[in-house]
Amino acid sequence: MTTAAPTVGGRTRLSQSQSLVSRLVGFATSQEVVLLLVVVLLFTVVGNANPRFLAERNVLNIFNGNAYIAVAAVGMTMVIISRNIDISVGSLIGVLGTISGAMAVNGYPIWSSWLVPILLGGLVGAVIGFMVAYLRIPSIVVTLGLLSILKGGLITVTNGEWITDMPADYFLAQMRTPELSLPGITIPAIPSPIIIMVILTLLAALWMRYSATGRAIYAVGGNAEAARLSGISEKRIIMTVFIINGLCVGIAAVLWATQLSIIQSTVPAGLELQVITSAVVGGVSILGGIGTTVGAMLAAILLSAINSALVFINVSPYWFRSVVGVLILITVLTDMLRRRRTQI
Amino acid sequence: MTTTTRPSGDTPEQMSSRLRSFLLRQEVILLIISLLAVMFLAFGSDRFLTANNLLNQGRLLTEIGLVALSMTFIIITGGIDLSVGSILGLCAIVLGVMWDPKGAFAFPLEVAVLICLLVGIVAGFVNGLIIVRLGVPPLITTLATLALYRGLAEGISQARSVRGYPEEFYVLGQGEFLGVPTQLWVLLIFCIITAVVLSRTVFGRATYAIGNNELGARFSGLPVGRYKILIYTFSGFMAALAAWIFVSRVSTTRSDMGSGLELDAIAAVVLGGTSIFGGSGSIIGTIIGFILIQLLKNGLALSGVTTDGTIVVIGTVLILAILVNNFIQRRSGNG
Repeated sequence: MTTAAPTVGGRTRLSQSQSLVSRLVGFATSQEVVLLLVVVLLFTVVGNANPRFLAERNVLNIFNGNAYIAVAAVGMTMVIISRNIDISVGSLIGVLGTISGAMAVNGYPIWSSWLVPILLGGLVGAVIGFMVAYLRIPSIVVTLGLLSILKGGLITVTNGEWITDMPADYFLAQMRTPELSLPGITIPAIPSPIIIMVILTLLAALWMRYSATGRAIYAVGGNAEAARLSGISEKRIIMTVFIINGLCVGIAAVLWATQLSIIQSTVPAGLELQVITSAVVGGVSILGGIGTTVGAMLAAILLSAINSALVFINVSPYWFRSVVGVLILITVLTDMLRRRRTQI
Repeated sequence: MTTTTRPSGDTPEQMSSRLRSFLLRQEVILLIISLLAVMFLAFGSDRFLTANNLLNQGRLLTEIGLVALSMTFIIITGGIDLSVGSILGLCAIVLGVMWDPKGAFAFPLEVAVLICLLVGIVAGFVNGLIIVRLGVPPLITTLATLALYRGLAEGISQARSVRGYPEEFYVLGQGEFLGVPTQLWVLLIFCIITAVVLSRTVFGRATYAIGNNELGARFSGLPVGRYKILIYTFSGFMAALAAWIFVSRVSTTRSDMGSGLELDAIAAVVLGGTSIFGGSGSIIGTIIGFILIQLLKNGLALSGVTTDGTIVVIGTVLILAILVNNFIQRRSGNG
């Protein structure tokens, strides 16, 4: 907890009469724009150093292969804005992905092998939400416990056996839209993960900005007491947030599983960290109350671009996790400094 | 939480309510559960209740135990340290790389160990500095350094392991002193030191005060920031010590050492009745907590449950322990 500076004489942070210039400055220094610039800069610099980095295959892989992280980061954004955390996402993606693959192999209809993991994700989210909101266990403990239950449970149940030979029409993540030839321009075929990532991110961003429930998430994260006094049920909001998060994790799991030809029945190592990092670097304030899903998506893209770039500039990928750690620290520090400046 | 004993002359009702609150204390409940578990496990396998097995289990619990002791202080202040496992990994790698005769440094073993401990201290100090001076919440700070320290371990080692230490190095992790595994003595010494510091010194009382009301502690003139930095630094040191013992026990260094250690340590502390919200807890509770976890692991392994199955049980126990703890605190709060 930081000590909040008292507001002297009812001075408020946002005034109605903000000038156009200061609004423009605010927009240009917003996390989303900064991230976008960093991504562009990274592609330019690394692309100059090694043109193969910009090969269509690699760029596509950066956006497409890690879209599931951005999808999971949508849910994580809401969770962190409500002043909670979920460190079990990585394990849950592993478990739900394995369930999806196992269903497809064992002759269940393809649509159900996509749908059931998503619903199960929502169910697990509801359980977490119940424990956090109604039983008052901190989310860090609930999800820490759940992480080990899921991780250990997955290997115990599957014995680490790989799932292969999924039916040909199972691979949702490898599908593309047909190429559209309009007079004048042709729209290239877009892989489905990118479409799902973009649509989900924008939907969530709009919902959080304009719907009553969406606004309530910010209210609960910003000042739980004030939210309660203005008639918002904190418990219901936290339940909702974790259920949505579970659904997002379910979708992410399906995208993850359907891009693999072999599902290894293990939990991808360090995945939760990548999801949390995306949300935090994307501008979600760790003190709750601030952030957007668009920033999280851009941060997820930045992370996978960095991961890929390391190889192209001849740096061992073993350093990736240090980069992630430093990136979180830098973002959090700038966030703290920014808040300190606006408060005083 | 009442810890002081009042002068005698209580009415029978007061006596019975005191008895009830004593029996409802987490440590007592935990001790009863532990005894039941031991009895149950002893019936399950005749290899369980042997001096040999129990001493061997002592070897295995030392690393978790050491880290859980310092974690107790951190959780009592209302913080958390998720980076301990990564610090252990980093320190182990540093120890190996500094000593490695074929490597760039090839220091004597004593120097390598010293550097290993120093790296742990610095790593913990950095955590404390970020948390206290920059005001970043402990959860986020240590989540970031969890990635950072593990990343450094992976980057430095490049997935190579270092092995082939001289024979005398294994005394700490595999040897015995007076018939008891060497590292158990180390653990015992630190159990006593931390228990005394937490319950009998100004520093210990300040730790509770910070957890109960940090602002209040600050206003009463306690050097809150300095104490917190000291506690996180101590946590880094304990992780480094655990790394030294770990490497000595398993005879090799790998960068993935200690991953998931934070889970075991936090589970032990919380199981021992330390409130995850800060402000209350004890070293005795933590000691019973990590012993119970190790007994559970061992008993399950002896009855044929895999390591992965055991992780499931520990996760479940962690959540249940907090549920029960919350329930008890709510009851005693109402009563």
